Amino acid sequence: MLSIKNLHASVEDKEILKGINLEIKAGEVHAIMGPNGAGKSTLSSIIAGNENYEVSEGEILLEGEDISELAPEERAHKGVFLSFQYPVEIPGVSVTNFIKTAINEKRKANGQEEMPANEMLKLIREKSELLEMDRKFLSRSLNEGFSGGEKKRNEIFQMAMLEPKIAILDETDSGLDIDALRIVANGVNKLKNENNAVLVITHYQRLLDYIIPDFVHVLMDGKIVKSGGKELAYELEEKGYDWIKSELN
Amino acid sequence: MAFEEQIDVTSQLHDVRTSAIKNFENKGFPTKKEEAWKYTSLNAILKNDFTVFPKHENAIEFAEVKKYFLHEIDTYKVIFVDGKFSSFLSSTTHDGLDVCLMSSALTKPKYKMVIDEYFNKIASKDETLTTLNTAFANEGAYINIPKSKVVEKPIEIIYFSTGVENALMVQPRNLVIVGENAHVQIIERHQSLNENPVLTNAVTEIFAQKRAIVDYYKIQNDLLTANLIDNTYISQKQESRVSVHTFSFGGNITRNNLNFYHFGERIDSTLKGITIIGDKQHVDHYTLVNHATPNCESHQNYKTILADSSTGVFNGKIYVEKEAQKTDAFQQNNNILIGDKATINAKPQLEIFADDVKCSHGCTIGQLDESAMFYMQSRGIPKKEAKALLMYAFSNSVIESIKIPELKQRITKIIANKLGVNLGFDL
Repeated sequence: MLSIKNLHASVEDKEILKGINLEIKAGEVHAIMGPNGAGKSTLSSIIAGNENYEVSEGEILLEGEDISELAPEERAHKGVFLSFQYPVEIPGVSVTNFIKTAINEKRKANGQEEMPANEMLKLIREKSELLEMDRKFLSRSLNEGFSGGEKKRNEIFQMAMLEPKIAILDETDSGLDIDALRIVANGVNKLKNENNAVLVITHYQRLLDYIIPDFVHVLMDGKIVKSGGKELAYELEEKGYDWIKSELN
Repeated sequence: MAFEEQIDVTSQLHDVRTSAIKNFENKGFPTKKEEAWKYTSLNAILKNDFTVFPKHENAIEFAEVKKYFLHEIDTYKVIFVDGKFSSFLSSTTHDGLDVCLMSSALTKPKYKMVIDEYFNKIASKDETLTTLNTAFANEGAYINIPKSKVVEKPIEIIYFSTGVENALMVQPRNLVIVGENAHVQIIERHQSLNENPVLTNAVTEIFAQKRAIVDYYKIQNDLLTANLIDNTYISQKQESRVSVHTFSFGGNITRNNLNFYHFGERIDSTLKGITIIGDKQHVDHYTLVNHATPNCESHQNYKTILADSSTGVFNGKIYVEKEAQKTDAFQQNNNILIGDKATINAKPQLEIFADDVKCSHGCTIGQLDESAMFYMQSRGIPKKEAKALLMYAFSNSVIESIKIPELKQRITKIIANKLGVNLGFDL
């Protein structure tokens, strides 16, 4: 599904990613863990196409096609989705209108007609129920005055609407109470199938109790230094990142 | 001086006019040497050989200009074509309120008392362009709302210029008197219909009596050959609420002189504006709120987006007199530059002589938020549409306070057009 090969990236001449290799197959859930400043958010931003980073080497392949030169919206149209750690507020544009625009732009780019209004409404109803969202929520301005939990739920709602091939969840657990965490994780699990894949980026193991990864990778100083199964997350939680550091030295 | 011969000497306003002329003759048109005109030059415009008193009456068909009206709802209309009243396009009234012509108010005896009491009473006697208007203006809208009257439909004042003259200068004069507890909504627009240069030097005086509510909207979306100097003076009595929204999207050079004066306690003044311009357009907002009495509030919120080589000016003055204790004055001015050659000159001025007041101002100048752009693009929204959504969101706090739904829709449509996007829903 997603294959990252020898990815090097920098911002303002500071190298942040120093040769990342990652192979995510359809149907899999991968988690990337690591201490602050390891490059986790940079990696997710770069996969989604953030132009503030310069990719100096390597490639990002989505179903075999190199997407590393594409604009963020083109990647989205091909099925990349990034759930933001800090979703942006857009006053005056409702959740419904925003997602309608996003869906129809994607359809347009893929040579499809706009989604008929009744079909859109049905889909919105179905997916908002999945995330246990209040109907009133949908007519509010996007993210404006939303609590941390509401913002994250709204991110996963958009993911549910857009049905991406690869969904990257960047620190989706931060700022969530336990109920919101359960709802968000439950949403992700229901959307998960054998034709898509999820990449969870997190500092803590907490979210991985709910979204159970097939593989866990540890990112430190711009490189993946250790990979393993879900038990690696528990080990990290218990021993801390210093344990990996000492193991590496 | 030839000017004087052209004044209607029989008019009761003769003295007012002659002293206005003298003032203008002494000072002439403002130049950039004056602090108030430092960033706006009229030189290029004044090179045109303007016709000041058009000879023809030019007729236009409603179909031609329908789109400039708020035609979705019923409104009173006071419409002018090349400075002359168009009874054909207008819909005036004397039934329970006066929505009619300045020329008749200035000449008919039954209006004499009102004219004596209000005409040129709040407008500046020494600001040169205002005095030029005072000297020569003989047409405009006259609106008098009696005590406790809630006007059930908005009033539209539109000045069309047809371009029959090669270059036209018009000087409309509006007088709006809103009685105690009365409530009115007014929309003013200046629109040229072809690309011959126009210079409009308009003066509007608004008197809001006790507890009156006035919502005034100025739509400035004219052709790039049109220039507008708008001088608006507002006198507010106790507990009145007056709001002026200025939407500046069009025109070549636009200068908005907006002045609020307080005469009573617990007054509320609102000044809001959205400016979205490009090309070499120039929009200058020059505001004054004169807090002279205790316990009053003023709220200013101006949003500006400048593309290409356009220039914007915001000069907002809040003056709090010694007596005006417990004043709550707020001023917000946010500017986004999206053109490499665009310029903004922003100058908040707070002069405070009272010691127990709450005055604050915030001024920002920036670019579009890149992380917000990335957020929207990552959801599949292309750059151009994402930009438009962000600019709309930026102006939203001003759009939200438009109280006429059809006008709100119209303004958002103009903005969407201006930004060149169709998002599949009404912004």
